[in-house]
Amino acid sequence: MSTTTESTNTPGSTTTTQNGTTTENGTSFAPASETLGAVLAPGTRPPRPSALSASLTFGWRAMLKIKHVPEQLFDVTAFPIMMTLMFTYLFGGALAGSPTEYLQFLLPGIMVTSVVMITMYTGVEVNKDIEKGVFDRFRTLPIWRPSTMVGYLLGDAFRYTMAATVILVVGLVLGFRPQGGVAGVLGAIALLVAFSFAFSWIWTMFGLLLRSEKSVMGVSMLVLFPLTFLSNVYVDPQTMPGWLQAFVGVNPISHLVSAARSLMAGSPDTGEITWVLVCGAVSIAVFGALTMRLYNRK
Amino acid sequence: MRDLAVETSGLVKIFGKNRAVDGLDLAVPAGTVYGVLGPNGAGKTTAVKMLATLLRPDGGEARVFGHDVLREPDAVRSRVSLTGQYASVDEEMTGMENLVLLGRLLGHRRAAARDRAMRLLEAFGLTEAAGRQVKTYSGGMRRRLDIAASILNTPDLLFLDEPTTGLDPRSRNQVWDIVRIVVAHGTTVLLTTQYLDEADRLAGRIAVIDHGKVIAEGTPGELKSSVGSGSVHVRLRDAARRPEAERVLARELNTPVQLEADPVALTTRISGQDADAGAERASRALAALAASGIVVDDFSLGQPSLDEVFLALTGAPPGERGPARTDHPATGRNAQEEAA
Ligand SMILES: Nc1ncnc2c1ncn2[C@@H]1O[C@H](COP(=O)(O)OP(=O)(O)O)[C@@H](O)[C@H]1O
Ligand SMILES: [Mg+2]
Repeated sequence: MSTTTESTNTPGSTTTTQNGTTTENGTSFAPASETLGAVLAPGTRPPRPSALSASLTFGWRAMLKIKHVPEQLFDVTAFPIMMTLMFTYLFGGALAGSPTEYLQFLLPGIMVTSVVMITMYTGVEVNKDIEKGVFDRFRTLPIWRPSTMVGYLLGDAFRYTMAATVILVVGLVLGFRPQGGVAGVLGAIALLVAFSFAFSWIWTMFGLLLRSEKSVMGVSMLVLFPLTFLSNVYVDPQTMPGWLQAFVGVNPISHLVSAARSLMAGSPDTGEITWVLVCGAVSIAVFGALTMRLYNRK
Repeated sequence: MRDLAVETSGLVKIFGKNRAVDGLDLAVPAGTVYGVLGPNGAGKTTAVKMLATLLRPDGGEARVFGHDVLREPDAVRSRVSLTGQYASVDEEMTGMENLVLLGRLLGHRRAAARDRAMRLLEAFGLTEAAGRQVKTYSGGMRRRLDIAASILNTPDLLFLDEPTTGLDPRSRNQVWDIVRIVVAHGTTVLLTTQYLDEADRLAGRIAVIDHGKVIAEGTPGELKSSVGSGSVHVRLRDAARRPEAERVLARELNTPVQLEADPVALTTRISGQDADAGAERASRALAALAASGIVVDDFSLGQPSLDEVFLALTGAPPGERGPARTDHPATGRNAQEEAA
């Protein structure tokens, strides 16, 4: 005869486990009270990290994710190479007499287009993390709240730099010869990455706002296609109808392209550069604020 | 009176027309394990999220160690930690990276964060898996890592939202052991669960919630005595003796006896005042069977299930009290009072 009484377990009868041993047979792991006790010892709480430190830590997280899923770098290398090759050889002969000649005009613009296109992955990443619940943990930490988002964007800035570098190398191989030299090119890339960092706040906003990864993608396309194509990237706007010229004229991407061209050509256009910086600041102020509002209320 | 870790009064959260949390009153004493027991959809996760500052309450008040969750969220955040119902660790990163990341975010320097992470992984039996991506972990390992991440900074209050749902029995026992160790080191634990058994084993006090309100509160003993101590299952050696065994049990326990489909099995309920008395009466019944010369092959005293608790408290199984569910708070409360 065997007798099992399950209900004689009273809440106080936990003494068997206080010393860390478990009565289960075949359990490969027994929680160890002594080891845990050392970690749980009170009085070891450090002060909360600074805003910069928290942001950099989240940036480190973004880099770790690139390390673990290197396939995601495919998007920032293959896509820009394809864009550069495609448009150089597709339009080069017709628009400028030869691909090499067209490339001198196209390269800064195609670099801007590619990098700005890549910014949409920010929204997708944010959206994916929300679904997995990682966000909930971050949001219960007593840290500077925007640091989570700044972290994403720091990781993205790395990707932007990488995409820009890839395009530059392809361009140089194909015969791109910037008059502005190393300083001019680096200046243009720095401006582009800074603008993209600021512009990406629109995607963190959409990443928090929209329900699924797919809808984030959809909205991104809807915004990015007109913004990058209805610009001065591919041709001189003077051949366009008046209403289109008006749009191209106010499109921030056109200003960014003009600024980048001027830097790479060795004759920086301070007017355009200022325009770009102001646009970036406005973007952070507006979309950054909206992002944090959504983040806090989510 | 002891300090309260959590104190809510009339807490409300509404999703559209759904009153997910509907006037919740809780008082969780510090230094204990407090169980919040309720079926799926009772509002447990919603309540915990409000207490952990992840959701804004739509009404009522909630204080954590005296800090209002709406007015002083950072004060609350610095003292609590949440292990959500769904793992909140990063699948693509390794166990080690997950813990170091959180250590850094809690303000530890790099070396200290690594050191803490290593010791936690060791204490949780994850040293070997430390360098592997979390997506390769089993459910139990993931849950352990999640809890490790939550106690990284020795929170004063730890929320565990259904920590063992979906785990195998062994992993469940490990989680229970961890909870006991954590609370022994002075952390208050608020644990939500769908299993009476789990709340009974771990919690000093239990609140039973349904449709966003507390429908019963007390020590596990008090709760069980309101329900009866549970059911007695008996298996006889000889099916022919069953009618006689039925009479003996009915006499000794003074409750109706149910004959199971299995010709040697009988089940009955014990209506004792507390668990110990129930066990005592059960063993007396067993002795009476033996005295009558009936051979018992197997005997077990089961806990009342959550369903039985609900049946006893509300007169209906969980989620089936149609009229009590209403969009109008006033009538909702009336219906609730009538049911109680
Ligand atoms: N974000 C949400 N939006 C709309 N309804 C929700 C949301 N979260 C929970 N609910 C609803 O609120 C009720 C309580 O849910 P929940 O707190 O998750 O219950 P439990 O954790 O006890 O299973 C359910 O009816 C659920 O459908
Ligand atoms: Mg839940």
